[in-house]
Amino acid sequence: MKFRIISVSSMRIWGLLKMFEIKGLSVNYGGIEAVRDISFSVEEGTIVTLIGANGAGKSTTLRTIAGLVKPRTGKIEFMGEDITGKDPAYIVGKGITLVPEGRKIFPDLTVLENLKIGAYLRKDNIEEDIDWVYSLFPRLRERSWQYGGTLSGGEQQMLAVGRALMSRPKIMMMDEPSLGLAPLVVRDIFSIIRKISREGVTILLVEQNANMALQVADVGYVMETGRITLTGKGSELLVNDAVKKAYLGK
Amino acid sequence: MADFLHQNLSYFLSGISVGGQYALIAIGYTMVYGILRLINFAHGDVFMCAGLIMVYLSSSLPFAVSVPLVLIFTVLLGFIIERVAYRPLRSAPRMSVMISAIGVSYLLQNAALYFTGGLAKVYPALPWLSDSVVIWGATTRVVTIVTPFLTAALVVLLTLLIKHTKIGMAMRAVSRDFETSQLMGIRINRVISITFMIGSLLAAVASLLYFTNYASVTPTSGSMPGLKAFVAAVFGGIGSIPGAVIGAFIIGICENIIKGGSSIFGIPGSGWTTFSDAFTFAFLIIILIVKPTGLFGEKAVDKV
Ligand SMILES: Nc1ncnc2c1ncn2[C@@H]1O[C@H](COP(=O)(O)OP(=O)(O)OP(=O)(O)O)[C@@H](O)[C@H]1O
Ligand SMILES: [Mg+2]
Repeated sequence: MKFRIISVSSMRIWGLLKMFEIKGLSVNYGGIEAVRDISFSVEEGTIVTLIGANGAGKSTTLRTIAGLVKPRTGKIEFMGEDITGKDPAYIVGKGITLVPEGRKIFPDLTVLENLKIGAYLRKDNIEEDIDWVYSLFPRLRERSWQYGGTLSGGEQQMLAVGRALMSRPKIMMMDEPSLGLAPLVVRDIFSIIRKISREGVTILLVEQNANMALQVADVGYVMETGRITLTGKGSELLVNDAVKKAYLGK
Repeated sequence: MADFLHQNLSYFLSGISVGGQYALIAIGYTMVYGILRLINFAHGDVFMCAGLIMVYLSSSLPFAVSVPLVLIFTVLLGFIIERVAYRPLRSAPRMSVMISAIGVSYLLQNAALYFTGGLAKVYPALPWLSDSVVIWGATTRVVTIVTPFLTAALVVLLTLLIKHTKIGMAMRAVSRDFETSQLMGIRINRVISITFMIGSLLAAVASLLYFTNYASVTPTSGSMPGLKAFVAAVFGGIGSIPGAVIGAFIIGICENIIKGGSSIFGIPGSGWTTFSDAFTFAFLIIILIVKPTGLFGEKAVDKV
């Protein structure tokens, strides 16, 4: 699989590539303000994480970017284009994909069909990509003909990631990929995240597991009740006292 | 045994035939339910409209033109109904969509009443299909013999479409989970439209077969076959295509066996035909008591 090979890191130094910009985004559900005037950006080739307690508005933020929810105010820019309020199919077509909270595998599609449906908008050959995903997750290859619903939680998470990769995303958003998985499987998932990132896919990661997330992330944002309250490099936030107390249980 | 079969052959033949016609209608109910969890009450009336469209078109056009046009117009009708009456209610409570469906059903019946003036319209005798044939001593029409085969062929085609094409995969995905389907880039409205169009196409084919046998169309002609097809879909496990097809054949056959009760069971009486529908439904209720989700039904999977 060929992703861009331009030197992302050198452009990052010059601050040239803000792949993704959220400006003043607010989202309401009925009367409830789930996201309040947040702004952040994601640079190409990086891993950015959004951490925060239950109900902070992390999922809402990702779902709004994916086009499932329409924002009340604010702007979402992707590679210079305003994509606010566009429908999900358009957004997927632009190279933005979401691995949803709870994995949401199609239970009565086979593993292979789940991967194929991830490439729904593509018209080119996807065989190579299927092979690539299977090489990332060899267990999926063995289970190619099994129904999605019969996979274990960890396998379903791998399938959800593989399915998202099938669209050849420029940026992959992941909503709590470690949720409900055994520590060993969580480690697998995070090493896969690193690997995917090295292949050139930008990653926006939402996690409750702040410790793991901040370890892999270049940049972290902390969300509290709909607002972004803290920003920093992943390594800085890991040692930040407030973060330690609230999210790392130290 | 052979003698018994021979004597009652015409009942079995028409049972299989009408069962096939119900099956084609039932697929429309079950597919729409599968994808929208909506009982499309207007479906039987779409079937009736297909009959009327044929009556009007064939009066001035040759069959080679009017038959394909009937299929096209009925597909269009199904598409428009979904677009106008159901899509705007996509995020409304399911009950509202149901009421909309009842409204469309009456609208179609009223429109039919308006255009026909309430008179039963004579359905054209389709060449070949309405010819008589003698099978093992029983006289019947070609349509009776053709229906089960045509139904089987269409069901096989539909199954292939759903199992092995991209759009079929999208239909299966959308019927499970709207949101995740959207995340894959599937435009769910398009998939829903296609589902309605397939259902309408099959209803149009059913109308050609059914009205050839019944010879006339009235504004309420869709009610009874529509109802039976709906029951067949529930009986088979609503949402399941094989279930709807098998359910429809069982209903069609049951109904005709009961109609032939005086000769099949050897109990004379004039009530057999009169009560055939009531008996058929009673039989279904008994089976549904034993198996509430229908023959092929899954445990109630409700959409989240
Ligand atoms: N569909 C909805 N309708 C109404 N309110 C909602 C809906 N989805 C989320 N909310 C509310 O919006 C707020 C933010 O929810 P969100 O799911 O974005 O939080 P989160 O940060 O992802 O939490 P978690 O870590 O538990 O997944 C919550 O108060 C939630 O109750
Ligand atoms: Mg969440």
